[in-house]
Amino acid sequence: MTRSAIELPVTPDDRRIARLAALAIGLTLAEAAIPSPVPGVKPGLANIVILLVLLQYGWRAAAWVSALRVLGGGLLLGSLFAPGFWLSAAGALASLFVLALARHLPSRHFGPVSLSVLAAFGHIGGQLALAAWWLLPSAAVVTLLPVFAAAALTFGAVNGVIVARLLAGAASSGRQSASCIPPSAP
Amino acid sequence: MLLRAGDVGVLLAGAGLVAALTAWAWSGDRGDSVVIRAAGRIVKNLPLTHAQTVSVDGPLGTTRIAIEPGRARVVADPSPRQLCVKQGWLTQSGQAALCLPNQISLEIRGRKAAYDTLGY
Repeated sequence: MTRSAIELPVTPDDRRIARLAALAIGLTLAEAAIPSPVPGVKPGLANIVILLVLLQYGWRAAAWVSALRVLGGGLLLGSLFAPGFWLSAAGALASLFVLALARHLPSRHFGPVSLSVLAAFGHIGGQLALAAWWLLPSAAVVTLLPVFAAAALTFGAVNGVIVARLLAGAASSGRQSASCIPPSAP
Repeated sequence: MLLRAGDVGVLLAGAGLVAALTAWAWSGDRGDSVVIRAAGRIVKNLPLTHAQTVSVDGPLGTTRIAIEPGRARVVADPSPRQLCVKQGWLTQSGQAALCLPNQISLEIRGRKAAYDTLGY
């Protein structure tokens, strides 16, 4: 009997990233159902997961979860490789880049709220840069800039507070497991 | 502890950015000169660079106009309803104050006009 030649070893890290990415995709889908007055203005709930992953497992894991979130979200929402998908990807990329720099800020003074707000501005910046360069090469984007920036500030702050609360709750309730994300069922 | 000192700074900087973007993206074209007309004829075309007061005569009397850096207004006018005085400071390109029936008008001009002409 011949064994399968292709074997993909799955590490616990892979499972954790897959589980967190599924969580992020779930939030992306839930958020897509929320009506929004301006296209592109969304709470960005998946960024809560990205931020938690960044703070607990590092930037590499966050980048994986973010990439899988964009890909999986595009697949499930039917917008894979459509303009909206590329805008989402550009936003996620810019946001990850900002986080790569911002996570080196001294954590004594800069908490999750800072990271969340900066990431939100990065997200909207990446999206608008691509939109201005590719989709709407005119002044239309400039007119909406204050709306997007205000949304980024608001939702970034709210998401950051949620992340801070989740981290504080995890630290106080479960000292034995530092993870605020419940371990998978056996 | 949800908010640390730096977080407040980031939030304030973000609010400042939003305010700056709003001012930049939503403010119209700021004017840089003022055209003063009497009975439809241009009597003066002055830049909005330094403070000065201009007096122009119309059929009812003298209209006094104040110019300051970036803005201009009608200070006093003999017209009965004082509409052009109540309009206050004009700053944006295309804004105008008409003093009727003294036939004096004030129009702010910017780098590019928002429209070719206005009919009243």
